[in-house]
Amino acid sequence: MSQLAWIFISAVLVNNFTLAYFLGLCPFFGVSSRLETAFRLGLANIFVLIITSICAWLLNSFVLPYAPYLRLISFIVVIASTVQFVEMVIRKMSPNLFRALGIFLPLITTNCAILGLALFQTSRGYGFWQGLVFALGAGIGLTLALALMAGLREEAELSDVPAVVRGTALNLLIAGLLSMAFQGFAGLFGGAA
Amino acid sequence: MSAPSSPSEAYAEFVKGIWKENPVFVGVLGMCPMLAVTNSAVNALAMASATLFVLLGSSVLVSALRTVIPKQVRITTYIIIIATFVTVADMTLAAAVPAVHKELGAFISLIVVNCLILGRQEAFASKNTLWMAFVDALGMGLGFGFALFCLGASREVLGMGSIFGVSLFGPNYEPWVIMILPPGGFIMLGLIMVVFNWAKFRKGAA
Repeated sequence: MSQLAWIFISAVLVNNFTLAYFLGLCPFFGVSSRLETAFRLGLANIFVLIITSICAWLLNSFVLPYAPYLRLISFIVVIASTVQFVEMVIRKMSPNLFRALGIFLPLITTNCAILGLALFQTSRGYGFWQGLVFALGAGIGLTLALALMAGLREEAELSDVPAVVRGTALNLLIAGLLSMAFQGFAGLFGGAA
Repeated sequence: MSAPSSPSEAYAEFVKGIWKENPVFVGVLGMCPMLAVTNSAVNALAMASATLFVLLGSSVLVSALRTVIPKQVRITTYIIIIATFVTVADMTLAAAVPAVHKELGAFISLIVVNCLILGRQEAFASKNTLWMAFVDALGMGLGFGFALFCLGASREVLGMGSIFGVSLFGPNYEPWVIMILPPGGFIMLGLIMVVFNWAKFRKGAA
């Protein structure tokens, strides 16, 4: 049980997917200009991550022992079909959200966080529950980073920044500071990370 | 766009990827591998060449198959094509330079989900002729490599005081360790972009 808690906290804070592993940066910079959109994208991500974790566990336990060379392709196919499914559901249920996310919804497929989760889960040998907790933690970590970033960007929009630094450069510098703050969590468990 | 292309048109597609529409500095695509592996110049070069290979291969194949692929499952199809080329690149790197391959670890596999590559398939290769797709991929791949190298080299110089493992400043240099840690990646790329913007502003003003 304590191990599960450790996996969770580590994924949310210490090894935050976005700020320490650089996974899922495209939506991090693309969709983080407004807090509400950022939050919804975070939720979509949590949903996809959890499904990915379950799929990866199923593949790892029942299919891949017989065909290890198919790992990358089978992960990708399962993830891509999951995302197309989510896209269809969201289009039906919330056209407004669908329009707000625009190009970034199909690009969740190319969100490194999703495939990264499947690969890390495999290489660390997580079981079913560990994988699930890891996915939940990673998703919450992503949402946290997205929401923090969106909040900071909304503030930065109103402040007087030199024109040369505006835009992506400023976002990167903000992300750097945020990442530096998250580095502080590395000491949370006696430096274990 | 599907008409036979003149050499000058192809040249324009090629150059735009390197500077005017540079995937990293202007498009802000492919950030994940960009920041994660660029703590040294060698890693950056290995990553850049692997990405260039995958981008070229998949752009040409997607462009060649563009009339055959059904629209509803296009993203899945692109991804499978890309994953095939990544597996080839992964195995080639493991055989040719095992040390670098080990250091890059999972990030070679993660080329599959580089937004840059899928973005080019969706936005360009699926609508253009084979030759134009090739030229576009070459330009974008080299532009990406250029950005990776800038970032990797400057982070290595500041963070370890060396380039390609050769020490630059002698034993008295105190390395900026933060530069090879994750925050350094964000901050360095931010600073490079400031320089990039500044160059663009100056050109606009003149």
